Amino acid sequence: MTVLLDPRRLQSRRLSRLPDRAFVGGTGAVGAGIVALLVLILVLLATNSALTWQTFGLSFVTGTVWDPVAAVYGALPFIAGTIFSSAIAIVIAAPIGLLTAIFLAEYASRRIAVPLTFIIELLAAIPSVVIGLWGVFVLGPFLKVTVESFMVDAFGWIPIFRGPAFGIGLFAAGVILAIMILPTIVTISREILVAVPPAQREAMYGLGATRWEVISHVVVPIARSGIIGAIILGLGRALGETLAVTMVIGNGQDIPRSLFDQAQTLSSKIATSFNESEVGLQTSSLIALGLILLVITIVINVVARVFVGHATAAEAGLR
Amino acid sequence: MTAAAVPIPDHLRRASGRERRAVVDRSMRIVTLACTVIAIIPLVALLAFVTINGVAALNVDLITKPPRALGIGGGAVTAITGSIQMVALATLIAVPVGLSAGVYVSELAGHRTAGVIRFAADVLVGIPSILVGVFVFTFLVLPFKQYNAFAGSVALAVIMVPVIMRTTEEILKLVPGDLREASLALGIRRWRTVLSVAVRVGWPGILTGIMLAVARAAGETAPLIMTALGSRLLNIGDFGRPMDALPLFIYQNARQPYPALNEQAWGAAFLLLLAVLVINILVRARSLRGTSR
Amino acid sequence: MTTDEQRSVAPAQAPTAEAAAGGTGAASPKIEVRDLDVYYGAFRAVKGVTMAVRPRSVTAVIGPSGCGKSTFLRTLNRMHELAPKARVEGTVLLDGANVYDPAVDPVRLRRYVGMVFQRPNPFPTMSIYDNVVAGIRLAGRSSRSELDGIVERSLRRAALWNEVKDKLREPGTSLSGGQQQRLCIARAIAVDPEVVLMDEPASALDPVATLRIEELIAELRTNYTIVIVTHNMQQAGRVSDETAFFTMDEDRAGYLVEFGPTREIFTNPREQLTEDYVSGRFG
Repeated sequence: MTVLLDPRRLQSRRLSRLPDRAFVGGTGAVGAGIVALLVLILVLLATNSALTWQTFGLSFVTGTVWDPVAAVYGALPFIAGTIFSSAIAIVIAAPIGLLTAIFLAEYASRRIAVPLTFIIELLAAIPSVVIGLWGVFVLGPFLKVTVESFMVDAFGWIPIFRGPAFGIGLFAAGVILAIMILPTIVTISREILVAVPPAQREAMYGLGATRWEVISHVVVPIARSGIIGAIILGLGRALGETLAVTMVIGNGQDIPRSLFDQAQTLSSKIATSFNESEVGLQTSSLIALGLILLVITIVINVVARVFVGHATAAEAGLR
Repeated sequence: MTAAAVPIPDHLRRASGRERRAVVDRSMRIVTLACTVIAIIPLVALLAFVTINGVAALNVDLITKPPRALGIGGGAVTAITGSIQMVALATLIAVPVGLSAGVYVSELAGHRTAGVIRFAADVLVGIPSILVGVFVFTFLVLPFKQYNAFAGSVALAVIMVPVIMRTTEEILKLVPGDLREASLALGIRRWRTVLSVAVRVGWPGILTGIMLAVARAAGETAPLIMTALGSRLLNIGDFGRPMDALPLFIYQNARQPYPALNEQAWGAAFLLLLAVLVINILVRARSLRGTSR
Repeated sequence: MTTDEQRSVAPAQAPTAEAAAGGTGAASPKIEVRDLDVYYGAFRAVKGVTMAVRPRSVTAVIGPSGCGKSTFLRTLNRMHELAPKARVEGTVLLDGANVYDPAVDPVRLRRYVGMVFQRPNPFPTMSIYDNVVAGIRLAGRSSRSELDGIVERSLRRAALWNEVKDKLREPGTSLSGGQQQRLCIARAIAVDPEVVLMDEPASALDPVATLRIEELIAELRTNYTIVIVTHNMQQAGRVSDETAFFTMDEDRAGYLVEFGPTREIFTNPREQLTEDYVSGRFG
């Protein structure tokens, strides 16, 4: 860095400003490009699905038939499949994820909590297609002979539990999704729980509370909005997850009526049909499914970040 | 001086074991532990099955031969080379973009601008990867009526950019401000300060972010379906044509009704998982040690 | 050991005006600490403490920072056990019963030996009312009117009732710092403990709020036994009946240098270390 001492640098002010400006301008343009990219995704999905919206209008969203031969397209079965599979995932993953986060943050010693958290984070790194492969050949058949057959036997008289169960379908997709969103829920919730100030815990212990009472009366209520945010982020991931779901949900074209029906989600429908579809109304309708999914996930993500942001802001205020 | 301690009065004694509060406390410890075990079982089961089935399917053909054009057999060399090529090109595109954006947001942008860009990046991270594929399809495939590997690389790059940007930003935030001030006080220009002080000090962390983004891109399937498409032909360097990738290979072969092809899927899954997990474990273990210091 | 005890316990038994007024008799201390060592892992944080706390009195624990006075305070209701690898040797007797006996439940112990902390820490998700009854609700269901009564009594004792009686439903964190600390005191005494431990309860407050807390401590003395850790010597002189002076030994373990009536500690200490400290000498 001997250049620093070069007296010429002091004189040539104008010239040496130029690289600075170029640097700020260049990186700034790239930064703006990130925002532009997001806008562009929205715009391109909208314009490329315009044909569908012109043809069907909003009845595309409520239409229940997807028939390329008759050139009639409706998104409702896939919206339903998306919502149902994600709902199953949340019902399973939210309580297990929260209780796991509580164990890691409150009960486990640091020596155990750190490696366990690491292992759960690893689960998030496993490629979706590998989880799907395992889902098709291992988890699905396992669910079929255990949980699913049990539920069909015990509750089959209730329409939504009606069999037969194949180990491939809505329920298997929900379980796979639950496994995939657990790391999100666990790691974010754990971070939020750990951030609850020790002073609040001590105050409750000082009143003669058991550990669980400290957790349930003080720690979880303080962390509540962050935990809700973590669950919504998990939901966002479940809604958009594609490959693993595609592989285990089957290929149902109707609105599922039972937990064990085969179905399709918005994303799995795109994945399975895109390459075979005819450019024109069919491709446009698949992109329209994508636009619906995009809007849902953006809304969900924004809501989740507001919750998580609030939580961290509130805790910062407490400290 | 009191001689010996008096007997423990009842109100201080441990509950008889049937008291509700104590029972709830003990049960919840067990319940939360059970949930943790349940959360980890899938990972263990998955690793076990992929390893057992995958190792059984490993052979020289798998990593040296392309799939048979017709019928069953051959290997995954098209997929392995395709993944390496597309991820490499995606990294070449994503690193400068993600790095610049990260540097801008953390070092140069105003509070407000930084907030907007950060928000956009967070939303991008949350967008389902298949939609990135659809997005790239509309401008790199549709106009040319040709699935191509370049589109696949761009799609992977779009997925990598916000990840690299956010880690760069987080890492640069950790670089002490006085280092920068010292450099600026010496009369060093801002761009040099940022690049030779902040980025250099934060480089190990930034590299971590890049590696994690690479691992994520290597495992992505959905955005490749409508861009690179996949191919049974060996494609080295022709980004204008379809190209195979390991995730696509697994996806395709898992759907076939032939056990021999399913086996190949397990073998490829083992290779992919190995690569992704090795990157993750190396990188994360390093950053774990880094933070504990 | 015997000489140790005589040195520190004997002055406590010296009749003072307060002891006479208390009427419980100095012969049976509320808390008696014998040869207490506190460890964090291999590190001994406090060593060899022996002292006795009379019922319905205020005992101040003073000393330079790092001398283990807070750690010592927390051993009295076993709050130190929340820190990993913390353990004690020796005994702490509450009304003659060893609180470290395996049969003692630390959760129940804390119900009788309550605590007020350095920084006001009302529960941010609870109203003023719910903060006060947080400890009561743990024990089981109480009727509405019972709870109302406890809230009013506790807030009155904490000298906060008049300021908050019209806004009991507002969050506890909406109060000023001094009010929050009195709320925390109300919360601690709502469960009707016998002993209240205070860990520098006024150190985060302004002088006016500090004064109110000190007045409150003087009033609480008629109902509770109070042990207060403070780094503020004037405060110890104003509020306490007896004072324990801790300092740090060469091995960084805190120990009790001298224990006796506050007046004597401040005006006529027996130990040179104490005299140096109270007269502001160091080094």
